[in-house]
Amino acid sequence: MKFTSLLASAAMVLGLATGAMAEDKTKVGFVYVGPVGDGGWTYEHDKGRQAVEAEFGDKVETVFVESVPEGPDAERVMTQMALEGADLIFTTSFGYMDPTINVAKKFPKVKFEHATGYKQAENVSVYSARFYEGRAVQGTIAGRMTKSNIVGYIGSYPIPEVIRGINSAFIHARKVNPDVQFKIVWAYTWFDPAKEADAAKVLIEQGADVILQHTDSTAPQAAAQAAGNVITFGQASDMSEYAPMPRVSSIIDNWAPYYIARTKAVMDGTWTSVSTWDGIGAGMVGIGEISDAVPADVKAEALALKDALANGSYHAFTGPLKKQDGSDWLAEGETADDGTLAGMNFYVEGIEGDIPN
Amino acid sequence: MDLSAINPVLLVASLMVAATPLLLAAIGELVVEKAGVLNLGVEGMMITGAICGFAISVETGSPWLGFIAAAIGGAILSLLFVLMTQVALANQVASGLALTLFGLGLSALMGQSYVGIKPPAMGRLDLPVLSDLPVVGPILFSHDPILYLGILLTGAVWWVLKYSRAGLILRAVGENHDAAHALGYKVIRIRVLAILFGGACAGLGGAYISLIRVPQWTEGMTAGVGWIALALVVFASWKPWRALLGAYLFGGVTVVQLNLQAAGVAIPVEYLAMSPYLITILVLVILSADKSGAPAALGRSFHASH
Repeated sequence: MKFTSLLASAAMVLGLATGAMAEDKTKVGFVYVGPVGDGGWTYEHDKGRQAVEAEFGDKVETVFVESVPEGPDAERVMTQMALEGADLIFTTSFGYMDPTINVAKKFPKVKFEHATGYKQAENVSVYSARFYEGRAVQGTIAGRMTKSNIVGYIGSYPIPEVIRGINSAFIHARKVNPDVQFKIVWAYTWFDPAKEADAAKVLIEQGADVILQHTDSTAPQAAAQAAGNVITFGQASDMSEYAPMPRVSSIIDNWAPYYIARTKAVMDGTWTSVSTWDGIGAGMVGIGEISDAVPADVKAEALALKDALANGSYHAFTGPLKKQDGSDWLAEGETADDGTLAGMNFYVEGIEGDIPN
Repeated sequence: MDLSAINPVLLVASLMVAATPLLLAAIGELVVEKAGVLNLGVEGMMITGAICGFAISVETGSPWLGFIAAAIGGAILSLLFVLMTQVALANQVASGLALTLFGLGLSALMGQSYVGIKPPAMGRLDLPVLSDLPVVGPILFSHDPILYLGILLTGAVWWVLKYSRAGLILRAVGENHDAAHALGYKVIRIRVLAILFGGACAGLGGAYISLIRVPQWTEGMTAGVGWIALALVVFASWKPWRALLGAYLFGGVTVVQLNLQAAGVAIPVEYLAMSPYLITILVLVILSADKSGAPAALGRSFHASH
């Protein structure tokens, strides 16, 4: 009798102790669309997660699930995380938008942060980076560097984020090279190295000597390297293992400061639902080192553009600009508002082909 | 639209490359299924082969050793399947699925230090005169050796299954293992060998992706090719040449649709993206109208006491 009650009370104390410890720790969950070793998009989000751990040490516990398909599976993973006591959950792909909203309704006390989407709620913030600013820099280098005047672009899905990137790169490539043409291939995947490599090879075979990618793996870089005289840009991550050729520069996503700030807000109880959209200026978008394969004057021009974008003196979508069908979009000197950019579903004038629905 | 931008010669050459991993995996699985075993672990064995081949060729600097290691790696993983289904008589479907999940995890673990490394390149066939011929040269005589191995393997499997005594025994085991057993054939032993062969082929297919087609290592890089290979075997009615046709069709349409997109053809991209699956299934279903069915003992466990 005594022994069992001793056991019972010991178990209770233990339970309380672990319960109390769990209370102390802020649990942060991350849902990834690819593997953490993709060398691109998910890799950078995971670096942000590690930065949160490094910043708060014992006070925080992070969990992540990788390669979660966009759809019902994502909802299951998020529910599981919330049930396991996560206080804050980052869902890091556009396709998680509706699942995030659905799960957030069921767990009003859990805070959610959805990347690159546009649906906010009481406990759902959205955050994204102005990658199109980086695309403007890439477009400038691409326009100057291409000899065939054909730039290949590997798109993932026809969503506003990708279309913005294509438009921004195109506008700035045309600005420095009026003869430049874009060839766009939609891969319909974020991550499939074999398919991305095929897409890159096809574009190169059809004459492209610059490859821009909006997919997550480094496979197009490898394909460009095998082809020889083709340049590429690192996507989401620096991909510096392919520098100085074919990778001549890159867009680097830097999520760490945001993740740390948001985790801190949850700890302090000051978290509110916000919409964050930062660019080069705030440091969320980084431009990877421009390699020696780029002539000095082009490099200087690209860096000047980067600085202008960073200090706000220049907007990547500044008029006069027309839409693909020839109708007016922005007047001379007018800049695009965030609402239009967030829902962008049209090409600018000069791009050939249609956006798939 | 500018179709002239598409170079048909380069297109055929690159569709052969795109089809080879699929072909290797499908031929291996075809032999396994002909022996009456359903191994759904192709994807897992492929990705394991991909990392084994990649790691060994990076360490030794020899792509050949890499491919040998890939075959061995795939075969070793399939041993696990042997243990579960042939020794412990576990359910083959469940064991195969487990093998895929295990292979994906294992390869991610093994590959951690190989992300972002470039493998040594494998030389291409370079016959003096022949490789320089216009049209025929790039299509037939200037590929890597493994691509030819895939075609040779298809021919060899076809010949063995159709004309050799060994093939006859293998098919007997797959059609009716009790009868084969009564005739004195070692059912389990034959099946084990078939499974190992399937594992080795899947491993080769995986390594072809990581060493030649992409070439680099990234987690989960086979991205479903193993599953397509499995489907291909069924749609090819368990016939090697049809599997080759199916693989080339699938690889071909995949490459063609990317080409059409890049050339700006006005077909909605959604249709282009689904076309490889659709066309391959359609053609093979029409071909399989001759009622050639599955091996009768497919997926059934064998124990001498039954």
